[in-house]
Amino acid sequence: MRTEFGRNPQLNRNGELHHLLSIEGLPRAIIERILDTADGFIASASREVKNVPLLRGRSVFNLFFENSTRTRTTFEIAARRLSADVFNLDIARSSAAKGESLLDTINNLTAMQADMFIVRHAAGGAPHLIARHVAPHVHVINAGDGRHAHPTQGLLDMYTIRHYKRDFSSLTVAIVGDILHSRVARSDMHALAALGVPEIRAVGPLTLLPEGLDTMGVRVFTKLDEGIRGADVIIMLRLQNERMRGALLPSAQEYFRNYGLTPERLQLAKPDAIVMHPGPMNRGVEIDSRVADGTQSVILPQVTFGIAVRMAALSIAASSQRMQ
Amino acid sequence: MLELDAEAVYRSLAARLREEVVGRDIRLVGVHTGGVWLARRLKADLHVAHDVGVLDISFYRDDFSHSGLKAGVKPSSIAFDVDGADIVLVDDVLNTGRTVRAAMNELFDYGRPARIDLAVLIDRGGRELPIAPTVVGRVIEVPPSIGVVLTCDDDSRFHLTLESRRED
Repeated sequence: MRTEFGRNPQLNRNGELHHLLSIEGLPRAIIERILDTADGFIASASREVKNVPLLRGRSVFNLFFENSTRTRTTFEIAARRLSADVFNLDIARSSAAKGESLLDTINNLTAMQADMFIVRHAAGGAPHLIARHVAPHVHVINAGDGRHAHPTQGLLDMYTIRHYKRDFSSLTVAIVGDILHSRVARSDMHALAALGVPEIRAVGPLTLLPEGLDTMGVRVFTKLDEGIRGADVIIMLRLQNERMRGALLPSAQEYFRNYGLTPERLQLAKPDAIVMHPGPMNRGVEIDSRVADGTQSVILPQVTFGIAVRMAALSIAASSQRMQ
Repeated sequence: MLELDAEAVYRSLAARLREEVVGRDIRLVGVHTGGVWLARRLKADLHVAHDVGVLDISFYRDDFSHSGLKAGVKPSSIAFDVDGADIVLVDDVLNTGRTVRAAMNELFDYGRPARIDLAVLIDRGGRELPIAPTVVGRVIEVPPSIGVVLTCDDDSRFHLTLESRRED
């Protein structure tokens, strides 16, 4: 993502991370630095006192224009463990509902001495708009915008893969489900490509696969068995219920029959393959409970790693120098 | 120019620490990176049974707001219970005292030690905080523009060099 000036809006003039808006366009070195820094926060999380004083005195505002209690909570925990002051704004039900424009809302919050905005919005590009608008000392973190990006989920998925597989350079990673509507899938595919994963697969029904995946170097499969055969990592996506009501899918039962990950199907992947899911899961729709709770599932470790990765992303963005 | 025989300075630090901790059941904690090398040598030379604790104080620095988070953060790891422990904190060069303050803050987030002593290879003065070492290898005087740098070669031998440091 580049501005008209040809500069990545996420980076300052020194090339340091200033906002985290999308994985697309993020240099590999910055991705790796976030993952390395997260190791340190995993270590501090096992202590009696889990907080570190890095963001003491900074004000972090959670701006969730679209509800997501879980993601908001993980950001809140991450910011609190960095000793920041955290403010949750029930924005979906207040200012926006009263007709205040997005940028007026931001101006008001900036006047309350905000240092960082964590933004979730149903419209793709909203965090970019905010990042262009805020004062130079303010940082913007994208917590999911429309179908566009969910960079911290992408980063925590990479952390999880690196934790279990150590090295990206020989992996086959299959992403299964509703690729079309998934910002997680997009962020994962950009991150996997940046880290040098040789085989990235997108698996799902034709109606849920976007065009242009092949130009990203992604192999497309419409049959689950073929898509997960020999995979080292399987990332299952949540099937959103509203897709059933549209014309894209016949029924949850039929989806499970064709694309649900069962123990029998999982045997087609490598014996040491790991199964991931960004949550919340629909058991019996995209994933069988025996897989979700099985030995190859790393779904709960993903949640734990997610706190440390978000702490790393927040502290690295907050430490960029004010030169924009 | 001041010549520093790092191995000789280390031997005097080890001898002084040995005397200081007679009869005590100490735990060594090294401050990343130089302090960890020193703590590992001291563990062997002083026959300390417990594993060396490692502190990376990057998350505790007081200059975060103008210098930012340093690259190459390493996880801190302390395998023993800090509560009630008799700890010797080890660092290579003592200057302003800010690193030691940060290290003590981090230690207290693991628990409440019974005692903390401070062992440093070089005390170069220039304190900005009320912090004093328990044992020192050598006290030197160098101008603020000169950095004192400890390195460790492949044979685990120490070297001390003086180099001009950038102002930050």
